[in-house]
Amino acid sequence: MQGQIPKPLIDSDSQPFWEGVREGKLLLQKCGDCERYIFYPRIICPHCFSEHMTWEETSGKGKIHSYTVIHKAPPAFKGEVPYVVGVIDLDEGVRMLSRIIGDRNDLSIDQPVSVVYEKIDDDLTLPYFKVTGA
Amino acid sequence: MIKYVWKGVKGMKSERIAAIVGAAESELGHLPGRNVLQLQAQAAKRALDDAGFTKDDVDALFTTASWGHFPQLMLGEYLGITPKYTGGTNIGGSSFESHVAHALVGIQAGLFDVALITYGSTNRTSGNRPSAAGLTLSYEEPFGIPSPVGHYAMAAQRHMYEYGTTSEQLAEIAVATRKWAALNEKAFKREPVTIEDVLNSPMIAEPLHLLDCCLITDGGGALVVASAEAAARAKKRPVWILGHAETQTHNTVTHMPDLTVTGAKDTGRRAMEMAGITHDEIDVVQVYDSFTITVLLTLESLGFCKPGEGGDFVSGQRTAPGGEFPLNTSGGGLSYCHPGMFGIFLLIEAVRQLRGECGERQVKDAKISLVNGTGGTLSSTSTVILGRD
Ligand SMILES: [Zn+2]
Repeated sequence: MQGQIPKPLIDSDSQPFWEGVREGKLLLQKCGDCERYIFYPRIICPHCFSEHMTWEETSGKGKIHSYTVIHKAPPAFKGEVPYVVGVIDLDEGVRMLSRIIGDRNDLSIDQPVSVVYEKIDDDLTLPYFKVTGA
Repeated sequence: MIKYVWKGVKGMKSERIAAIVGAAESELGHLPGRNVLQLQAQAAKRALDDAGFTKDDVDALFTTASWGHFPQLMLGEYLGITPKYTGGTNIGGSSFESHVAHALVGIQAGLFDVALITYGSTNRTSGNRPSAAGLTLSYEEPFGIPSPVGHYAMAAQRHMYEYGTTSEQLAEIAVATRKWAALNEKAFKREPVTIEDVLNSPMIAEPLHLLDCCLITDGGGALVVASAEAAARAKKRPVWILGHAETQTHNTVTHMPDLTVTGAKDTGRRAMEMAGITHDEIDVVQVYDSFTITVLLTLESLGFCKPGEGGDFVSGQRTAPGGEFPLNTSGGGLSYCHPGMFGIFLLIEAVRQLRGECGERQVKDAKISLVNGTGGTLSSTSTVILGRD
């Protein structure tokens, strides 16, 4: 029994992020006061409580902070096992959870990765990450 | 309210403000036909009997749940309790360590004298809890991470990367915990397992195998916390709450400050300071074992060993019956029971150890116990230090 993939909530915090992904851009918020990048998007900076949040297009590059190969998946993902979920340290200094695609036997922590855009269906594109270079 | 100055064992200086005077489980295991209210009623009745109290002694009610809205209202009505004070902090499986702490705080403030704390779940028969998709979980759930095992798996992977911790070392924890369960007739899984059995069990989320993961059972538990004055009327010796501390560090795993360190680093230190004790004064330790890695990270974070030394610390069955470091003596969430949240069962076992009620698995002369709950995805920590006269 396979359910539907849980769709992200699109609201006034998250809409620019998900629209960016659909257009092939990885947008992050940057604080206009303390100048730090943040993820996930918010109406207020969690570092300095500034409300001057701006959106910036980013490189989409980072490295693997940790990962796990999933063998027992939530219902909607059962057909995809085994697959890799990881946390990525982006070059902008924020951490993002995502799928890591490619040969899972080659994976290791600290490997460089870059974003790719995976079209799930007509409504949903997700930012996945792929190991870069050899 | 009369306040006593603690002059108990080994020079502790905590005040005797409140004590656990009743502790019990409901039926445990696989319980088709039971509902969460019945299980809590059973546990509440047994815990009050254990204390020698009745329902009419109760003037504060604490519970939390994932089974419905307003669980305190539904439960209070079902039990026929109209409390002066209602508590319901929900920070995951560690909630009940916080309920004990908050009961002490309420007693200290003079708001009530006797608190009943309950929990119940039918996770095994009614399946997993519904997903709480939405809001900030939108940045995790669409990627297919199974929660919470995927998060703990990434913490384990990172610990292995930084310190060379091995799957065999994690398996030591599962094997030792099962040995304790063999000594507990209430435990769900009692047949012995080996390190090879753990490593050969199905992979769930690498590097965690099935036997690195806690059980999914039905069951409930209850505690009675009383003021020093009320505790003097109880049937059994009081188990004093000597120290407590809680924190929360994150909700989504990307916000966990360090994947290998839990909030216990902070709460363990603060709770021990409040109790006026040091590590070597603790006789028996109960820490939340949602997964084997939870135990390893918690022992390091509590300072029983240095960061990265957890693997060596648990090797050679040091935490098993007869080992140097008695840990999770009920058989834990890994082998005794785990009905969705385990925190209340850590406390029940600590109380029994300090009363000397544990039969074959009794840790000799146990006077002080540290109990550490971990909730969410390594997100919340609540530490309680208990001791007897
Ligand atoms: Zn800022």
